[in-house]
Amino acid sequence: MTWACKDVTFYDVCWRLSMETSKSQNQNFKVNSKVNGKLLHKSYPYSIPLSYCFFFSFSVYKVFENVAQKYDIMNDAMSLGIHRLWKDMLLHAMHPQPGARLLDVAGGTGDISFRFLEYVRSQRERQQRRAVRFGQTLSYQDISNSYSTIETDGPRESTAVVCDINKEMLKVGKEKAESLGITAGLSWVVGDAEELPFDDDQFDIYTIAFGIRNVTRIDQALQEALRVLKPGGRFMCLEFSKVTNPLLARLYDAYSFQIIPVLGEVIAGDWKSYQYLVESIRKFPSQEEFKSMIEDAGFYCVQYYNFTGGVVALHSGFKL
Amino acid sequence: MWPLIPFRWINRRRHCFTVSKVCVQQLHSSSTEFANIHYDGLYPGHIPTTAVQKALLSIGSGVAALQNPYRHDMVAVLGETTGHLALIKLRDRMRNDPEGYAVLTERPRIRLSTLDLTKMASLPDGSFGREYLRFLEDNDVTPDSRADVKFVDNEELAYVMQRYREVHDLLHTLLGMPTNMLGEVAVKWFEATQTGLPMCALGAVLGPLRLNASRLQSLFTSLGPWALQSGRRARCVLSIFYERRWEQSLEDLQRELNIEPPPVIPKAKKKT
Repeated sequence: MTWACKDVTFYDVCWRLSMETSKSQNQNFKVNSKVNGKLLHKSYPYSIPLSYCFFFSFSVYKVFENVAQKYDIMNDAMSLGIHRLWKDMLLHAMHPQPGARLLDVAGGTGDISFRFLEYVRSQRERQQRRAVRFGQTLSYQDISNSYSTIETDGPRESTAVVCDINKEMLKVGKEKAESLGITAGLSWVVGDAEELPFDDDQFDIYTIAFGIRNVTRIDQALQEALRVLKPGGRFMCLEFSKVTNPLLARLYDAYSFQIIPVLGEVIAGDWKSYQYLVESIRKFPSQEEFKSMIEDAGFYCVQYYNFTGGVVALHSGFKL
Repeated sequence: MWPLIPFRWINRRRHCFTVSKVCVQQLHSSSTEFANIHYDGLYPGHIPTTAVQKALLSIGSGVAALQNPYRHDMVAVLGETTGHLALIKLRDRMRNDPEGYAVLTERPRIRLSTLDLTKMASLPDGSFGREYLRFLEDNDVTPDSRADVKFVDNEELAYVMQRYREVHDLLHTLLGMPTNMLGEVAVKWFEATQTGLPMCALGAVLGPLRLNASRLQSLFTSLGPWALQSGRRARCVLSIFYERRWEQSLEDLQRELNIEPPPVIPKAKKKT
């Protein structure tokens, strides 16, 4: 393999590798003359060679394996702690009620799931307080029943399933859960967003926070999301997106390309992974484009909300 | 296939970025050989950086190295980002020396894969090769633990930096210093006078802060002045083609380089 020019993208590299391996296997596929990053995110009439996906996803796996230990520290350093606010706003928009079942895909270190369980717990407490307040004139029997309703199967318990393709990230998440003392209602599953290991119509809420840009075939991940959600279920996606304000966009670009890899090198000892991160953010479609992709997958009432001037966008859709 | 796959060009310096323009990226995976065969930058492992990034890296790595001295990668990054002028001077010194010029043209690397360990073990005691091997075994170190150079933007200077890192262990042998804190500080003082690298100077100044009183005294009274004097008087240690001198006797080599034997050898400890 020789390169005609020095400048080549990560995605082109994966494409090239896949071409070389496919050639030897005599795979036959048509290639659009404008192969660009958008190839990944649109359903073209021809199939993306499997070997491309293999190389791309293998590399992404390696990236997250390397950064897993320092993932949370790096998040705080890179976003100056603002990522916590973004995740809180996701939960606020989600407004889950007790008894909801959450599937947190690419949930790795468990940030969303922990917040979800905390939120429904406080919602449940609020409900119980309200019940007590309005039940002051209950009979003795009812009051003694309310004391023992903590672990009965009356109201359904909320559960959160954290699904991630990367075992290292799940390991870090499990350790975090133990240190926070969160055990009930949480499960950890290894799985691929493009091929979820769950049955149809299982979950009330599907979230994917800062994970969908790492998926090779986003349309496939959206199809899977539609499949595992119950009718009436909500799809929510938090992801880096296009900044609308031009001045902020320039500052954001400068910050991303100058500072973030340096932070990655100093804190995590890994320049390349964070270079990849910044590039994958640029590759991701804009808010409107992604909204149309979600609608194409079959979701209704698709909306998006911009946070921090468009740095992060929350897309939400319903399965009806 | 070529005409069907146009590649994208970057303009990272102006930071103008649209969806169709992406940055240069090397596959991040040390487990694939691909990363070494096809690389962007001037040499395998090179990461081009702007002046701003270099400044930030030097500050960040300095802080990180001070906080956790076991982060050798941070010490390495500090050396690379601050050592430009010193590397140029070193390279010129090497060029002016015939043996150094041979090192620069032939680019030998000191790694376990390039060293013939059985042959070195069979050399007589007192020979340079045998003593170096003994040093590696006693202190439980390996020449493969040196990080690759990443942030030097000149291929030749990157080699000089890499050579400096790989020669560090040989210097321990030449000076007779173990790898405990006192021995490392003594070698750093020697290197600071020899190479003029700011990272060495910083290590030389901050290293003694971690020594206890008796070692500090030994450093300032005997070891330190000896290291400084030897550093000033000795030939440029990077100009020596060590790979051709394994059979030479250690004392002979020390005399040739103008290095006096150490006044006192700090007690060697197992490196923690």
